[in-house]
Amino acid sequence: MIDFDYVRANDVGDALSQITKHQAAKFIAGGTNLIDLMKEDVEQPTRLIDITGLPLNEIHETQTGGLKIGALVPNSDLAYDERITKRYPLLSSANLAGASPQLRNMASTGGNLLQRTRCLYFYDTATPCNKRRPGSGCGAAEGFNRMNAILGWSKSCIAVHPSDMCVALSALDAVVNVAGPKGDRAIKSTDFHRLPGDTPEIDTNLARDEIITAIELPSEEFRRHYSYLKIRDRLSYAFALVSVAAALKIEAGAIKSARLALGGVAHKPWRAPDAEQSLEGKQPDRKAFVQAADIILQGAVGFAHNRFKIELARRAIVRALEQAAAGTPQSQSVKVIV
Amino acid sequence: MSVGTNGIGKPVSRIDGPAKVTGRAKYAAEFSAPDLAYGFVVSSAVAKGRIKSIDRSAALAVPGVIEVFAHDNRPSLPSSHEKYTDQVAAPGSPFRPLYDGEILFSGQPVALVVAEELEIARFAASLVDIRYETEATVTDLDMRIDQAFEPEKKRAPEWDPPARGDVDSALSRAPTNIRTEYRTPVEHHNPMETFASTAVWENDGRLTVYDKTQGAPNCHEYLCSVFGLAKDKVRVLSPYVGGAFGAGLRPNYQLFMAALAAIGLKRSVRVTLTRQQMFTLGYRPQTLQTLTLGAENDGRLVALKHDAIANTSRFEDYQEPTVVWSGALYPCDHSTVTSRLARFDLFTPCDMRAPGGAVGMYALESAMDELSYAVGVDPLELRLKNYSERDQNYGKPISSKALRDCYLQGAERFGWSKRRPEPRSMREGRELIGYGMATGIWEAFRVPTSARAILAPDGTLEIACATADIGTGTYTILAQIAAEMLGLPLDKVIVKIGDSDLPSAPVEGGSWTAASAGSAVMEACDGLRKELLKRAGAVSNAPLRGVNLADLTWVDGEIRMTSDPSRAMLLSEALLGLNGPITSEVSSAPDEQVLQEYSHYAHSAVFAEVRLDEELGMLRVARVVSAVAAGRILNPKTARSQILGAVVGGIGMALHEETVIDHRYGRFMNHNLAEYHVPVHADVHAIDVIFVDEQEHRLNPLGVKGVGEIGIVGTAAAIANAVFHATGVRVRDLPITIDKRLELRQPTSNHAA
Repeated sequence: MIDFDYVRANDVGDALSQITKHQAAKFIAGGTNLIDLMKEDVEQPTRLIDITGLPLNEIHETQTGGLKIGALVPNSDLAYDERITKRYPLLSSANLAGASPQLRNMASTGGNLLQRTRCLYFYDTATPCNKRRPGSGCGAAEGFNRMNAILGWSKSCIAVHPSDMCVALSALDAVVNVAGPKGDRAIKSTDFHRLPGDTPEIDTNLARDEIITAIELPSEEFRRHYSYLKIRDRLSYAFALVSVAAALKIEAGAIKSARLALGGVAHKPWRAPDAEQSLEGKQPDRKAFVQAADIILQGAVGFAHNRFKIELARRAIVRALEQAAAGTPQSQSVKVIV
Repeated sequence: MSVGTNGIGKPVSRIDGPAKVTGRAKYAAEFSAPDLAYGFVVSSAVAKGRIKSIDRSAALAVPGVIEVFAHDNRPSLPSSHEKYTDQVAAPGSPFRPLYDGEILFSGQPVALVVAEELEIARFAASLVDIRYETEATVTDLDMRIDQAFEPEKKRAPEWDPPARGDVDSALSRAPTNIRTEYRTPVEHHNPMETFASTAVWENDGRLTVYDKTQGAPNCHEYLCSVFGLAKDKVRVLSPYVGGAFGAGLRPNYQLFMAALAAIGLKRSVRVTLTRQQMFTLGYRPQTLQTLTLGAENDGRLVALKHDAIANTSRFEDYQEPTVVWSGALYPCDHSTVTSRLARFDLFTPCDMRAPGGAVGMYALESAMDELSYAVGVDPLELRLKNYSERDQNYGKPISSKALRDCYLQGAERFGWSKRRPEPRSMREGRELIGYGMATGIWEAFRVPTSARAILAPDGTLEIACATADIGTGTYTILAQIAAEMLGLPLDKVIVKIGDSDLPSAPVEGGSWTAASAGSAVMEACDGLRKELLKRAGAVSNAPLRGVNLADLTWVDGEIRMTSDPSRAMLLSEALLGLNGPITSEVSSAPDEQVLQEYSHYAHSAVFAEVRLDEELGMLRVARVVSAVAAGRILNPKTARSQILGAVVGGIGMALHEETVIDHRYGRFMNHNLAEYHVPVHADVHAIDVIFVDEQEHRLNPLGVKGVGEIGIVGTAAAIANAVFHATGVRVRDLPITIDKRLELRQPTSNHAA
C-alpha cells in the first residue's frame, strides 16, 4: 500500500477541479473495493478525494415518471427504499443479491458501477494482467479461469464485471448522469461499461476527470414480471458465476416486451436486443425462453475451467424468465430457488 | 480419585466469554509496549529459485523506516536446520526464514521492513525491489504420481499398520469388488484472527512475546534454539487465540520475524500477517486416494486396499494419518493400507482439523457407500454388518466404543428409515432430495501435561497450565474440573493458561487437551484435597478426623463424609489460620500399559440431507445429524459448539473449500476470503448434535476423549453420499462445486420439462 494523502471535496465543482489538478488522484466514497485494491498495490492513487460530503445522497422523482438516484445513496438504502422496492423491484433484488449487509451499508450507488473485476490475476501483483499492468499479458486465459468471461472477451483480457446491481440497471435501461470539466452528460447504462478489446485497463466510458452524479431510471418499471437469479458457489456472499436479470411485460397472455441481461459472463452486463425481440409476441413458455437463451448466448466461448458457464447460463436464463413470467421472482432472503 | 457431577457435565457458558465480547480479552497483536515498532513481511513473488539482488534503498529512504532485514543483512543465525525444529515438526529440514537467498515456495518471507508505524512499514515493503533467478516448479499431483515415495522417517510408525492376509487373492475371490479413486484439494485454515506476534524487548535484555499459537512452550523452545537464548530470557504468552485448529501448532514465521527484529534492534516489534499472507502458511495437503473393497454378497467385507498420495514440500516430509482408519474400523481379514508422498514446490502442509482422518475417512466412507449400492444393502445396515469391537489393525480391544449407539440414535433422530433406497427416488417440487450417512473415527489421545493448583486462604483457587484455549473452551472446562474437585463455585476458580512460564503442556491439538490438561488439573486438585484433609483432621473436635480421602465428597464449599453427610466441615474452616496459599503441582501422564493393551478412539455417525435443484446445480445441506461417542462430556454446551463448528467445516470441505494453484507460477491464486469459500450462514441449516452415553474408564481419570476433531470426520462423506443418493451421479473430487454437479444432467432441450 503506497503513501497517499487525503482531501475532502465540498461540492461537485470542487471534486472536478481537484481531480483535474492531481493526475494520480481517485475519488473515494464507500471505499469497499478501492481500499482492498490499494492494500494489495493493485490501485496506487497518491491522493484520495473524499466525495461523501457531496449532496448526492437522495432519490427524486423525475419529470418523465422515473426516479433519479443520487450517486452517493448507499446500496442498502437503495435496496430498501420503498419507491425502489415497489416500482423497480428488479433493482432492489439485484442489489440484495450482492455482497453482504455490511458492505451494502458502506457501498455507494456510483461506486457500485465502478467496481473492478475479481479476476484472480488482476488481484495478484505477482502475476501478469493486462488490466492491471498493460502489456504484461493475461494470466487468466491459460491459468485458473473458472470465474472468467464467456462472452465479449478479447485476447488481452477475459475478466468479468462483478456487480449485480449493474445487471439490473442494464436491463432497466437506466442512464448514468455524469459531470465533467466540459459539462454534464448522460451515458446509457448499457454503454457505461465497455468490452476489453486491446485496452482492458479501461473499464468504463467514464473519463478520468468525470464524476457520476446520479442514475436515472426510466418510467418503465417491470413491477410484476421480473426476477434476478444469481448462481454462485455458495448461497450468499459470493460473486456470480452467472446471474440473470429478467423482466417481462405480458399482455393478454403474450409477451409485449422483454429485457434480459446477464452478469458474471462478460466485461460488462450482457444484453442482446435480438434475444429480447425474439420473445416479443410469444407465449411466455419454456420454448420461447430457451430460444431467447440460445440467441443471447450465441458466440459464447469458454476456457479450460469455465465452459460450464455456457450451459449454466442457458438454464439460469430459462429459469429466471419462468420466474418472471409466473410473477414469482427469486427471493434474495430465502435462498431456495423456485 | 473420583469426580462428581457438580461442576462437570453442566452446560456452563464460557468463563472467558464476557472478556471476549467486551474486548477485554487481548490477542497477540493487541499487546503493546513503549516505543513499539512495526514489521511488515515482504513475500516472495516466485516459487523456486534464488534471490539475485535486493535493492532496499527506496524503502530505507521513506521517513520512519528503521531497517529492512533480509538474508544479506540479518543478525547471525544458526545454519543447522535442526535448530529450527519444534515439537510437532515434520521429519526433514525445517524452513530457515531469511537464512539465505534460496526460494522454496511462493509467498516465502524474504524481507521484513520495520518502521515506526504499520502503514509506513507496509508502504516501504512495496518499495523493496527484489530480483530473482527462477526455476521451473512442480505443484501438480498428476505430474508426481510416478515419483510418489514412502518417507524414510515416519512421523508416527503406527499410522502404517502392517498388511494382513492376502488382499489380492481375496479380492479376486470376492463376489463383489469396487475400485474407486477420490481426490481432495489443498485447503487453508483461515482462522478469524490472522497470525501475529508482539515481541517486547525488556530493558534487561529479556524477550516477552505475545504470539498467536497453540503451544506457548513450543514457541518458547523454538526461540531459544534459533536465537541461542537462555530459557529464562524468553517468555511466550498466548492468553487468547482467535481460532487455529492446527494452523498454530508449529511456530509460524511471523514469530521468527518479530523476535529477529526485536533482538536485532533491541526494541519491541510487532509483526502481523495479512489475510493474503495466511495463504503462505501450512495447509491441508492435496490427496489422491484409491480404495478397493471386496465383499460377500451380503456386504460383509473380505478385502480392503487403501492407498493415499499426499503432497508435501521440498524440504519436509509432512505426514498425516490418512489410511490407518481404513485398516482399523471394519472387520476384514485381508487388508493393505499404504500412504506415500509427492514433492511440491510449496510450503510444508500442516495439521488441519482431523488431519488425515477428515480426508481418509471421506474416501473410505464414500467407498463404503458405493459398496452399499453394489450389494444392495442399506448404507447404515452395511456399517452394522461390518461392526467391530476390536481395532482390526492391531487386534487390540478398544477402551470403549459406543459407535453402535451413534448409528442407532443418529438414524432415529434423522429419520433414516424414511430413506428410499434408489438414487433419484426422493423429490419435492423441483428439488431432488438425498440422504447420506458416514462413520467418523478419531484418536482419543492423552499426553503428558503438568498443572499447578494454588488455593489461597480466602478460598480462591488458581489453576495454571501452559496449554492454550483456541476458542474451544479450555478455560471453562479446566475451571469446571477444579470447581468440581474442591466443591467450589465456578467463580472462585481462576484459570491461567497460554504462558510458557506456567507448568509445561504440549501443543493444544489432537483433541487431547481435555483428557491431558484436564487430568493434570484434576490430579493437582487431588493434591490440594490431601493437604486439606490433613488440615481438617487436625482441627480440634474435627468431624473428619481419621477419615480417608476416598470416603469424602467435596461439594457446596463443604467436605463431607460420603456415607454420613452429617460428618462435614466447611472448606473455609479447613483454611482457617492459613498464612499463605497451599500449592499442588503435578506432572500427569497416561498409563502406558493401558495404551499398550487398548486402542482408543472417539466415534461418530453422521447423517446428512441435501436438496438440489438439478437443472441449476444449486445445492443446500438441509440437515445434518452428528451422533458422537466421546466418553464423558465435560460441558455439553462447549462440546456441542465444537461439533457444530466441525460440521460447518465438513460442509465447507464437501462443497466449498479449495485453494487453487496456478502450476505455472507454483502459486495459490484465490488467496483471500472472497474467493476462498467457506460456508456462510445461508449455507448452514439445521445441525443436530447427539452425545451418546459412553462409559470410558481406562484412558484418563476423567473418562473423556476430546471432541475437537471428531465432528468433521465423516461429515464430507455423508454429504457426498447424500448428493449421490439425490442424483445418482458420484462426484469423487472435492469440493462438489456447481460445475461438477451440472454434469449430472444433459443439456437443456427445447422441449418442455
